[in-house]
Amino acid sequence: MAGPIELNRTAHEHAAALRAGRYTARALMEATLALVRQQEASLNAYITVAGDEALAQADAADKRLREGEAGPLTGIPIAIKDLLSTRGTLTTAGSRMLGNFVPITDCTVVTKLRAAGAVFSGKANLDEFAMGSSTEHSAYGATHNPWDPERVPGGSSGGSAATVAAGGVPIAVGTDTGGSIRQPAAFTGVLGLKPTYGRVSRFGVVAFASSLEQVGPFARDAEDVANLLGAIAGVDASDSTTAPVPVPDYTADFGEGFDGLHVGVPVEFAGDGVEPGVRDAVERAIAVLEANGATIDRDVSLPSASAALPVYYLIAPSEASANLARYDGVKYGFSVHDAPTMWDEMEQTRGRGFGDEVKRRIMLGTYALSAGYYDAYYLKAQKVRTLIRREFEQAFAGHDLLLTPTTPSVAFKIGEKMDDPYAMYLNDLFTIPANIAGVPALSVPCGLSDGLPVGLHLIGRAFEEGTLLRAAHAYEQHTDWHTMRPPAVV
Amino acid sequence: MTTKTDYEAVIGLETHVQLKTRSKMFCRCDRDYFDAEPNTHVCAVCLGMPGMLPVINEQAVAFTILTGLALGCEIPQHSKFDRKNYPYPDLLKGYQISQFDQPLCVGGGLDIEVDGEASFVRLERIHLEEDTARLLHRDDGGGGGSGGSGGGQGYSLLDVNRGGVPLMEAVTQPDMHSSAQAVAYLRKLRLILRYLGVSDADMEKGSFRCDANISLRPRGQEELGAKVEVKNMNSFRAIQRALETEIVRQSEILDARDTVAQETRGYIDATGETVSQRSKEEAHDYRYFPEPDLPPLLTEPAVVEELRTQLPELPDAKRARFQEQYRLSTEESRVLTESRRRADTFEETAGHSQPERARAVAHWLIGDVTALLHQVSADAELDQTKLTPAHIAELVDLMEGGTITAASGKEVLAAAFESGEMPAAIVEAQGLGRVDDEGELGGIAAAVIEANPKAVTDYRGGKESAIKFLVGQVMRETRGRSDPNSAADALHAHLDAS
Repeated sequence: MAGPIELNRTAHEHAAALRAGRYTARALMEATLALVRQQEASLNAYITVAGDEALAQADAADKRLREGEAGPLTGIPIAIKDLLSTRGTLTTAGSRMLGNFVPITDCTVVTKLRAAGAVFSGKANLDEFAMGSSTEHSAYGATHNPWDPERVPGGSSGGSAATVAAGGVPIAVGTDTGGSIRQPAAFTGVLGLKPTYGRVSRFGVVAFASSLEQVGPFARDAEDVANLLGAIAGVDASDSTTAPVPVPDYTADFGEGFDGLHVGVPVEFAGDGVEPGVRDAVERAIAVLEANGATIDRDVSLPSASAALPVYYLIAPSEASANLARYDGVKYGFSVHDAPTMWDEMEQTRGRGFGDEVKRRIMLGTYALSAGYYDAYYLKAQKVRTLIRREFEQAFAGHDLLLTPTTPSVAFKIGEKMDDPYAMYLNDLFTIPANIAGVPALSVPCGLSDGLPVGLHLIGRAFEEGTLLRAAHAYEQHTDWHTMRPPAVV
Repeated sequence: MTTKTDYEAVIGLETHVQLKTRSKMFCRCDRDYFDAEPNTHVCAVCLGMPGMLPVINEQAVAFTILTGLALGCEIPQHSKFDRKNYPYPDLLKGYQISQFDQPLCVGGGLDIEVDGEASFVRLERIHLEEDTARLLHRDDGGGGGSGGSGGGQGYSLLDVNRGGVPLMEAVTQPDMHSSAQAVAYLRKLRLILRYLGVSDADMEKGSFRCDANISLRPRGQEELGAKVEVKNMNSFRAIQRALETEIVRQSEILDARDTVAQETRGYIDATGETVSQRSKEEAHDYRYFPEPDLPPLLTEPAVVEELRTQLPELPDAKRARFQEQYRLSTEESRVLTESRRRADTFEETAGHSQPERARAVAHWLIGDVTALLHQVSADAELDQTKLTPAHIAELVDLMEGGTITAASGKEVLAAAFESGEMPAAIVEAQGLGRVDDEGELGGIAAAVIEANPKAVTDYRGGKESAIKFLVGQVMRETRGRSDPNSAADALHAHLDAS
């Protein structure tokens, strides 16, 4: 085992090297943790960087490798968004409220990752309770974009995106409620997939907006996304919203290229508000698809999609207002003990335990559900949600994929949008409709604008993640944007 | 009670019933927490840990639909769970998973009878939800201090064993007009629930809890008066008293031309009073919305029909059948159908005996057997003793067939209750067979006459009552093995012949 381990590799490259015995999972993990710790000074991608327990996981992976029982993720370092419960390891949700919370059980995704032999590099930073688009709303400090430390990595899964982009780990898991995987993937130049609602178990994932969110992969190429999705997907008896749909081999259609793919470019997403550099990169990507066998249709319309953002900001806060009601300081987590009455203690616990953005959304949701407002807000939002779903179904009747930019702009400066929540919310304009409709969507790196990554957004039919990944894989055969790395890290 | 106006009380009841499922409503914890150490029947789900998700207990859904079918409810195909939001430490998620606008059962009702007057109480709905945890308030800080309803430096302990236990809520229409009707409804509901086996329905253990909505209006008026919700009634007696107290309180307010405040009041058992707990203005806005962690419930008609086949014979039908089939009185059949086990015991016993002896079986079960059971406990049934239906049937057959007298029957029953031996064997071993041999009885009669010359003289002197004394003496000599008529015959045969 001569020389330092080249960390800037995909998971499947590492897996091949591990199987070939070129290095051990322990050596890989030691090198990974050394790099991660070194990068933390500039990135702050983690709330908890793993310690010796990761080396024990790596040793167990090495044993499996020796015994020939390794899968594609055995011995592979992976970052876990700190919203996913890890038994025995601090799980903060990016909040002061859970600053001392150690779960007594793993979430289903972590259980599956352990079973696959993956090795955890640590718990990645996020916007508090996944509420945000920049990872600035973390009680543990903002995460920085490896492409430009003065810029945000996007959010809420900014820590997961940043550590993958910086080469700390080849893969990570995040969660996506309105774009929280895809937007940071776009901002940091990696791939990020939000699976179909019901594809991946939410059991043990600290809840923000139950009807919208899914756990999904970050990676540096389509093959790794496919393998990671295959490892975490599937029906779960502990989550009644998971679907009993068999989990296919998501790499099965790799190699079929773009031939025969009908791709729609909705008119609503091509309009104003998209930066020229982003538009140019996406147009070049469309040209690649068209030149290599895909049929592009620019006559697709999702007229209700413009209502997705207001629908989201009624449904998500409503669900959040209930989901976050359990944090009262009585059972676990942050607690104020010196107030005069029980009610004062609960009030002060929540007043001091939650950050401003979380409080803003709890208040929004409480208002939207209140007597006299329910019909005008929550109920109407649900009705529009149904309309949006139907429009997607109609659009998918004649198209295999819909294509948009992932975000209207590239990564913005830290602090730039903190005082303007609405401008922050607009970041998710293109990603939110997929959460509202429950369909899968993938962000793929497709170029640079002013030296910052641009994301190509592919939206697919429910439970057809395979088609998204086939297209991404085909795109990787004709371009090399997925191999680009931040200048400072390469 | 004297009031200026004749008021009619209008009462509706909300009854919470803990279901006797194996596990809790949304997790796998053991539901049966009675007598368990606090917080031993808990898990991450019912403790409301972050990220935990509910999974519907199908047995609880089936029990609720079964109850709905027994009460004539409609079972809509589409139902769903909702979140009912309110902050309180006994609610670990900060919301209760309940059902708002699409309950499992709609409509239906049950027949009640008070003082021979029958009426029908309509149900509005039956829905399913989860029970809250239990808060145990302690106040051992030595008084003083301010704040907190307990006064003093109180604190509260939280026991989550009850948290998440399946809770079925039956809501009636405002169809009752007296405390007696309310209690009759509750007794009938409890009986049906026990017949169905879906709940212990035990008020003392908290598995059957009732809140009442009560308003008054001048008799004949259509419009309803202001509604008061009464809580904290923990026994049938408490419900009766609380409603009566509330009727008087509201009557007095209305007589004084004052208005009754729409509010929630709590019943204080020690004083029999109700006290204001929460005004209408302080009422919660529960902000119900559909539970996003659970898909809507689809109840296929085939599932309903399958459950319908599982319905047992219900108390009213059983009572009517007992009167018809076994020729029992109304009261006998009522007593024997007070529990399904008792009714089954009766039928099994009657089955061991001859059809025309069913009434004698009923008589013995209700009388002497019940008296023995009460020695075990207030609500003991036959299967908790050494007695079996075969014992009772054999005993009745021995008496009805003339092998033993009724007096011996009591003795044999007591012996069987103690030892579990069969009655015929006891009769054999203890020589309790009826003395019907004329020779033996004649000899005893002769001996009695011999030993009681004064009574004989009195009888001969025309004092008819003296014979009763002599009969008593014969009975004593035979230790109850003869019956009074035979004894009198034997005495007469000797006295009148000599």
